[in-house]
Amino acid sequence: MALQSLDITRRSATTTPAPSVRQTTEVAKLIDVSACIGCKACQAACMEWNDIRDEIGTCHGVYDNPMDLTAKSWTVMRYAEVEQDGRLEWLIRKDGCMHCADPGCLKACPAPGAILQYANGIVDFHEEHCIGCGYCITGCPFNIPRLSKEDGKAYKCSLCSDRVAVGQAPACIKACPTGALQFGAKEQMKHYAEERIHDLQSRGYQKAGLYDPPGVGGTHVMYVLHHADQPELYSRLPNDPGISPLVSLWKGVAKPLATLALAGVALGSLFHYVTKGPNEVSKELEDELEKEDAK
Amino acid sequence: MTNHWVDIKNADLVMVMGGNAAEAHPCGFKWVIEAKKHRGAKLVVVDPRFTRSASVSDYYAPIRSGSDIAFLGGVIHYLLSNDKIHHDYVKRFTNAAFLIDAGFKFEDGFFSGYNAEKRNYAKDTWKYQLDSDGYAKIDETLQDPNCVFQLMKQHYSRYTPELVSKVTGTPKDRFLKVCEMIAETAAPDKTMTICYALGWTQHSVGSQNIRTMAMVQLLLGNMGMAGGGINALRGHSNVQGITDMCLYSEVLPGYLSAPTDADKTRDAYLAARTPKALRPNQMNFPQNFPKWFTSLQKAWYGNAATKDNDFCYDWLPKKDAGYDVLAIFERMYQGKMDGFVCQGFNPLAAVPNKRKVGEALAKLKYLVIIDPLVTDTSEFWKPHGEFNEADPAKIQTEVFRLPCNLFAEETGSYTNSGRVVQWHWQAAEGPGESISDTEVVARLFQKIKAMYQKEGGKLPEPILNLTWPYRIPAKPSPEELLMEISGKALGDVFDPKDATKVIAKAGEQLAGFAQLRDDGSTTCGNWIYGGVWSQAGNLSARRDNSDPSGLGQTLNWGFAWPANRRILYNRASCDPSGKPWDPRRAVIKWTGKAWGGNDVPDMRPDAAPDEGVMPFIMTPEGVARLFAPAMAEGPFPEHYEPFETPLDKNPFHPENPKALNNPVTRIYKGDSEAFGKAADFPYVGTTYRLVEHYHYWTKHATINAVLQPEQFVEIGEELAKEKGIVAGDKVKVRSSRGFIKAVAVVTKRIKALDVDGRKVHTVGIPIHWGFKGVAKPGFIANTLTPFVGDANSQTPEFKAFLVNIEKV
Repeated sequence: MALQSLDITRRSATTTPAPSVRQTTEVAKLIDVSACIGCKACQAACMEWNDIRDEIGTCHGVYDNPMDLTAKSWTVMRYAEVEQDGRLEWLIRKDGCMHCADPGCLKACPAPGAILQYANGIVDFHEEHCIGCGYCITGCPFNIPRLSKEDGKAYKCSLCSDRVAVGQAPACIKACPTGALQFGAKEQMKHYAEERIHDLQSRGYQKAGLYDPPGVGGTHVMYVLHHADQPELYSRLPNDPGISPLVSLWKGVAKPLATLALAGVALGSLFHYVTKGPNEVSKELEDELEKEDAK
Repeated sequence: MTNHWVDIKNADLVMVMGGNAAEAHPCGFKWVIEAKKHRGAKLVVVDPRFTRSASVSDYYAPIRSGSDIAFLGGVIHYLLSNDKIHHDYVKRFTNAAFLIDAGFKFEDGFFSGYNAEKRNYAKDTWKYQLDSDGYAKIDETLQDPNCVFQLMKQHYSRYTPELVSKVTGTPKDRFLKVCEMIAETAAPDKTMTICYALGWTQHSVGSQNIRTMAMVQLLLGNMGMAGGGINALRGHSNVQGITDMCLYSEVLPGYLSAPTDADKTRDAYLAARTPKALRPNQMNFPQNFPKWFTSLQKAWYGNAATKDNDFCYDWLPKKDAGYDVLAIFERMYQGKMDGFVCQGFNPLAAVPNKRKVGEALAKLKYLVIIDPLVTDTSEFWKPHGEFNEADPAKIQTEVFRLPCNLFAEETGSYTNSGRVVQWHWQAAEGPGESISDTEVVARLFQKIKAMYQKEGGKLPEPILNLTWPYRIPAKPSPEELLMEISGKALGDVFDPKDATKVIAKAGEQLAGFAQLRDDGSTTCGNWIYGGVWSQAGNLSARRDNSDPSGLGQTLNWGFAWPANRRILYNRASCDPSGKPWDPRRAVIKWTGKAWGGNDVPDMRPDAAPDEGVMPFIMTPEGVARLFAPAMAEGPFPEHYEPFETPLDKNPFHPENPKALNNPVTRIYKGDSEAFGKAADFPYVGTTYRLVEHYHYWTKHATINAVLQPEQFVEIGEELAKEKGIVAGDKVKVRSSRGFIKAVAVVTKRIKALDVDGRKVHTVGIPIHWGFKGVAKPGFIANTLTPFVGDANSQTPEFKAFLVNIEKV
């Protein structure tokens, strides 16, 4: 879903500098968990706008369905029953791509142009360039991208970059019945979040706050949380997400070698993909990365 | 709703009880969030489960399903004993001061006049004391022991927090906290809104559940106020419209009470329904009944209806027995019906006791299904494994399926819960051979009429003379129908104050029900919709959302019945002198010459406050009823246990086993024998809806099926542990009428409750599955539910019954 090239600030496995003459406002989606009723209208709208239909699954003994993100479910609601100090809460969180300012997926991606970051902050996958290596999954501190079993390519929420490009809010925002989902300039969203946090504090949620984690340079999907001091209560939202050191190394110290190595890997992967199908080479590399990651 | 959706944003306290608005009305629920965000409103939820509504609430209290009157009766007790009522409002605007017949009693669980054999009440003591002019006597000091206020205080003195907690299972501290929150809105400038739905109606005491809350709202002075009211959140986009148009057997369009066998003549019928004022100077609006009814007769029989033939009164069917859904299926079950036309209805899934319903359908000669989807009912005869164990060899019912359009495939009007009639336009053509419901019915009618014309038959006149003025008789247009419903002048209509002045010329659309006449000069298909299509055109199609007051009244958006009034009883938002109780949320006020403001006044426009015309214009006494003799079980709501109860006695009447359940509920032979006992079925079952689905429709829709694919039931962790069930296990839920199998959801959100010294567990049963559709096939949840209903409305008791559960 390409925007104009002028709006691209970062492109995976690319060293040429991005155009920067045009001023673009950074956008953000604000998810006000305290106003979310978990109705899944966002999930339905996402399926409709993006023309994706996940499988009709089974009930696993919880309200969540589909159970996890997939190549065809780019957003899911996660339901957590939390009992603290004798008080029960049902913390419902819409999960999906956070559109990090410093996107681990993009940094890890070896395929030129498969992952883009637009000047408005949206991180977008261009599947036609995807080689299916799955590095983006390793690079993502939020465990968001998913490889499709059908075409071997990675998919995730695009923040409806196609809609945003023409001045429309993402489909999920439009469908949200309670206004739990808001969309606009990131600064504006922070402002709005302040009001909500103030309201929550007046209702006894002393630790209410905004989730805009600095470890990834901030995000273009932010949460208003009643318990901002305990994000992991919300179905394991990471407390302090950061990009895997290996990915940082990959893009940092190893950068002089990057062009050559990446081109080699990409070409190799592509060749492999064409001759033997996806994933084998990348699997080895991925395991290695994971081993490093574990350290 | 006495108020409307947007008005919820004006509340200081939103109470969700007897419903789960976030789940069943997610779009309307935005106004609850709005109230929280911009008014700082609090949300309190009382429910057996910690629901999606509870997930965004400020306070939650659990309650045993089927004990709402105990809870709310306890609230009344709290308000009265802590003096947290709106005194001026109660004294002036309710019947608190009215004196009741000295013979009125409540003893041992029964009101005076009970007939155990007939299971009904003679109501001759449930009445006001009248003076020599025929007006009700009142005691403004509220001290007379026979005044409503004292009787009410006496009645609810038994509803102590201790007993309430014992019956409802609500911990006492939680109950009292909810009472405190409610009581704050007794202040004249504070309001509470209540959002309820089927969680109150679907009980054998459903109507009284709602009435108890109405009493609470009257004591607090919250009726007629912005952000107040009693707000029934209605079903799918047009359930309000369905009830308005008389899909109940006991009423005609516009809630006009239908004639029965006892109403031998039109005069007798009208006399019985046209009340005299019970207090001086009151509007007593129902005195206009003959105008509404006569105009309806003209809508049906046109030129054939004349004064000389009583406007064809004799042709109207006279009700001889119940024709509610339970009565119909009982009659069918007894083999007393040949055919059934089933339009937009899936009774095999939607009526209690699926086995009985299936056997009833099998006794029909023919069944006509008018529906856009392949309903479970249309295949009641077909084996679908365990889900529907039918034997087609033994069923002779001939089934016809007539495919009709879905809502988006036709033009017409919807009426939402807030009584706002909104026009909508066709978005797409229906697939295949589908046609609109109107066309299906019109074509059937044309055939039937032709057969009567040709063959004569018994009493052909009502069919042959029916008005059918549509341009294409087989396809009446939605525009023609709404114009007919709204009403027009057949002859010139004159000003009642000046007989020379014509206010509507013959042939013109009428401006509203005030122009209806009882002499045959006007026609109107539904008086409450009067004016929806006036000379100004189709007002339901208006889309001006300007809101000068900021209260969300939007008087130029659609058309709200009656008379485009957005908040009913809005005269009660002002004190007796005509000043708003809360000037910051002024709905209307007395301007010195007339009533005006941000709504259409629910009052004669020039009724000066010192005339003492009271705000509840639909009662002959002009005030609202804390004491309401129209109710079948008694003028004050009393707690009775559900027909399947985990308790062996009513804790309010432990010594009287006959006062265990609603004493006037109709029970058919065979159904009472099928009531389960707590010894075999120890858990409270309750059915409900999920936000991911709409009734039994969306199991046909892929996206909904993806979001919630497979049937499940919900149980608490404690019960799960006792039964060795873990989340994701397949379980079997049984009642005395059958079983279903489903996946177990094990949750912290349903807690065991301590009720009358025992532990009561709840089994939650979502209803949306069946054997037709794209979602995983499932069991009909109503296999489990009892065939018994509310004594006033006959709405089935889907919300409280007994089950057992085991792992399979």
